[in-house]
Amino acid sequence: MAAKETRILLKHADDPNYSTSIDSYLAVGGYKMLEQAVTMKPELIRAEVKAAGLRGRGGAGFPCGVKWDLVDRKSGKPIYLICNCDESEPGTFKDRQLVHKDPHQLIEGIMISAYANNVALAFIYIREEMPKGARILRQAIEEARAKGYVGENICGSGYSCDIIVHRGAGAYICGEETGLIESLEGKRAYPRIKPPYFPAVLGLYNCPTIVNNVETLCNVVHICRMGSVEYAKIGRPNNTGTRIWCVSGHVQRPGYYEVAGITMGELLYDLCGGPLPGRKFKAIVPGGGSMKILRYDERFKGKNPDGSEYEYGVDDIPLDFDGVAAAGSMSGSAGMMVMDDSVDIMEALANLVGFYSHESCGQCTPCREGSLWAKKITWRMCRGDAREQDLDTLVSMAGNIGGRTVCPMGFSTTWPVQSYVGKFREEIEAKVRENKVGMRGDIRLIEK
Amino acid sequence: MSDAKPDDGLISINIDGQEVRCQPGANIIEVAASIGIEIPHYCYHPKLSVSGNCRMCLVQLGLPGKDRATGQPMLNADGTPIIQWFPGPAIACGTKASPGMHIRTDSDMVKQCREGVTEFLLLNHPLDCPICDQAGECRLQEFSAEHGRGYSRFTEEKNVKPKRTVLGPRVMLDDERCILCSRCIRFCREIAKDDVLGFTDRGSYTTLTCYPGRQLENNYSLNTVDICPVGALTSRDFRFKMRVWFLKPTPSIDTETSVGCNTEVWSREGKIYRITPRRNDEVNDTWMPDSGRELYKQVEAENRLKQAAVAGQPASIEEALAAASKNLADGPVAIVGSGRCSVEEQYLLKKLADALGAASRQLVSRIGEGDGLLVSADRNPNVRGALLTGLIDDLPKQRLDDLAARIDAGEVRTIFAVNEDLTAAGLSAEQLAKATIVYLGTHANATSEAAAVVLPGLTVFEKSGTFVNQQFRLQKFHRAVPGVPGARDDLFLLGSLLANATGSQAPTVVASVWEAMAAEIGPFKGLSFAAIPDTGVLVDGSAFAGLPFVEGKSLHYEPAGMEAAATS
Repeated sequence: MAAKETRILLKHADDPNYSTSIDSYLAVGGYKMLEQAVTMKPELIRAEVKAAGLRGRGGAGFPCGVKWDLVDRKSGKPIYLICNCDESEPGTFKDRQLVHKDPHQLIEGIMISAYANNVALAFIYIREEMPKGARILRQAIEEARAKGYVGENICGSGYSCDIIVHRGAGAYICGEETGLIESLEGKRAYPRIKPPYFPAVLGLYNCPTIVNNVETLCNVVHICRMGSVEYAKIGRPNNTGTRIWCVSGHVQRPGYYEVAGITMGELLYDLCGGPLPGRKFKAIVPGGGSMKILRYDERFKGKNPDGSEYEYGVDDIPLDFDGVAAAGSMSGSAGMMVMDDSVDIMEALANLVGFYSHESCGQCTPCREGSLWAKKITWRMCRGDAREQDLDTLVSMAGNIGGRTVCPMGFSTTWPVQSYVGKFREEIEAKVRENKVGMRGDIRLIEK
Repeated sequence: MSDAKPDDGLISINIDGQEVRCQPGANIIEVAASIGIEIPHYCYHPKLSVSGNCRMCLVQLGLPGKDRATGQPMLNADGTPIIQWFPGPAIACGTKASPGMHIRTDSDMVKQCREGVTEFLLLNHPLDCPICDQAGECRLQEFSAEHGRGYSRFTEEKNVKPKRTVLGPRVMLDDERCILCSRCIRFCREIAKDDVLGFTDRGSYTTLTCYPGRQLENNYSLNTVDICPVGALTSRDFRFKMRVWFLKPTPSIDTETSVGCNTEVWSREGKIYRITPRRNDEVNDTWMPDSGRELYKQVEAENRLKQAAVAGQPASIEEALAAASKNLADGPVAIVGSGRCSVEEQYLLKKLADALGAASRQLVSRIGEGDGLLVSADRNPNVRGALLTGLIDDLPKQRLDDLAARIDAGEVRTIFAVNEDLTAAGLSAEQLAKATIVYLGTHANATSEAAAVVLPGLTVFEKSGTFVNQQFRLQKFHRAVPGVPGARDDLFLLGSLLANATGSQAPTVVASVWEAMAAEIGPFKGLSFAAIPDTGVLVDGSAFAGLPFVEGKSLHYEPAGMEAAATS
């Protein structure tokens, strides 16, 4: 039987009769959970979210309930909630759908989460490239405010919390939570060093701060609606709930798919329609541009409960945090980029590395210098001027970036470089020998 | 672990197998340095906030394990704690010491981290050490030799950035050399309180710049040059003048104000090329004002006195001293000393005043506006020295009006002026003409012009001695360069005059003046010049606690806390 979507967050999103107006949302039972939540004890809501096993949908998959537990509630300072809507990872476009098509779901999620954490002021940091999203959100907030769901005395409970929509200025690094906080404070988005600047203790304006992804906060509404027990039944243990996968590249039906408990093959074939006519899948980047690439013909080893080993391929990878991690990559932001046999892997790498060097904030040495070096090497190779030692230098130098930087973005250069070169070395070397690397690609800079 | 630890509030951490005791929360770079282990770094500076951007100080970090279930320490069979090492490296500058913490600075991982960072920093760094002013005192140069791989794997084109950006009147920026450590930015923001520098552009193209319409022109701008770990920021006064390895540093004191910034005077073959701050955590940390760095120019100033004179005619020092002694003996004498003289000079001057039975002895005050940092309101470096030696017993005034009245009344016929222009202190040309003036000083002025005898003395850079700063901290300065030909050490001149006046021997060198002072002056008891530490020593100034000193609060100085500091 062909796999299907499990639409929870996107349930109404593509309904032609559904709009971004609050009336649409109220008609499908919207804001009921907020009305109920503000009558509960905040710690009960936190316990529910923790019990539901909700993991952060931004990229790292950190348990949301644990994140909330880490918040310093004894400092006497205000606690801030920031909705991270910077969605800047290449290949990711799920938050855009949630914001553009169901803004009130996000606002309800923010308000419940704010109430659960005694937050009096929440922010939505939305990337510059989503001007429409910002307009929609601002209007939705005003509608919600008029109905008493945002602002003073929410649902007559005495609880007050406002939401401020803040637009970024076009930097990838603002998706990193401490970079986002700096940017929100009006500074250059240089990620902060941790320790001491863990947002849960020293976040926005050096106050305890929670930074949650759009999809994560939307899920909170449904945890409240379904209860943690029911919610946890969706998906696999430790990977509860649905995920919205953003499939781009060489499939018949690219797009966003909200699924739970299916495999990568089911997503690629059943939902996305498989490869384009006459083509074959070559590689998958499962979780946004910075994640390690998977060869489509790669084989992995798994362990049965009895300890015996079994082999499986890319199609069999369970499509969730742990499933993709077991295959040596990460589900990241769920931005899945599919490449078929028409792709020159060196060009793909050069393209990505170009992006990450352009977006390196420049604060710390390894990422700043290493990413541009990687770009210079890969772009030169794509110009047909490859040297014998290039691949070794790339791999070795990339190893000096990831894990040695202020923020995790160092890995955005390390992982693609090491995995693309590591998994497609023979192909690249063959093309280098024939001087055919990048000879037909769009990023070729100089005719040779 | 069995031996009991002393209850001194300190904790034990382990660096490369060595146990070291330190304050809880102490910075790991500093703790390692205290046991002789250098953790290389660029962006970290002990007096600035931690930025953690250069990644050169990466170390391996381990903490004593705790059982997750019980919270109990995890122990080896022999009872020692099990150390759980972090899988990745951590920046030492951002790591605070906690009990039982283990640090590795010499593991393969750490070496590889340093090699990687060094390689990255050199990628786009110009190889212009041969013409770079920083060469010889460049952290990048030193660490590249020590931690780098020794050859370059970089075959691409280097980034091109501006090479000569004028940041302000005294500071020049070479953007290609900049390693973006942000020390200068943090200095301006945190110390100088003049937030004027920032980065523009992104990634490897990031560029240091002044805010639009602004300049780096505050009186502390040259400190950015000092703390720049590479040759990106250079002093427009010093650049291209001299290779630093030819220069000899001499510890000295900034004579601009009563703060007494500790300095280093850099000279070669009798010529001074630059002045930089010398670290003193009790006085100036690692900073000094720009204004104090130009004082060396007075050594070779056009109006420098290089010739003794009697009645306007060139004379030998001996002739001038004899003539001066005769004039002083004629009396009645007034002594006008200077708050810019050293303690030793003030002491001999006091002795001379006593021997001559001087009718008046005073200093001339110089009051300006304090900046709350390292420029105090009192622009004399050593008023407190004059108080301690007994040369004066009250704060000096800006004008010598009572001396003028005494001259007019005929009560004073001879004036011995040391390094002070009497006309600047309110005496008229007629009044100068009425008196016989003996002038001892370094530079020509209206008083030396009118003087019957001129004795050319030395600047602070050409002699040794001490000053007492606003904290009553006795601080030494040393001779950096020989005196200009024709001038003589003030102590020799004053000692000779004193010997002539008393008919007995008088000390004429610093060490012997100190023997006399230590015996005579209470607060100096037990001290000798050699025994004064390089960072100075607080002396008892409580006898003067009632005087209305003019200094306000500044770095490491609280006017109200003075008494406590002086008596501690």
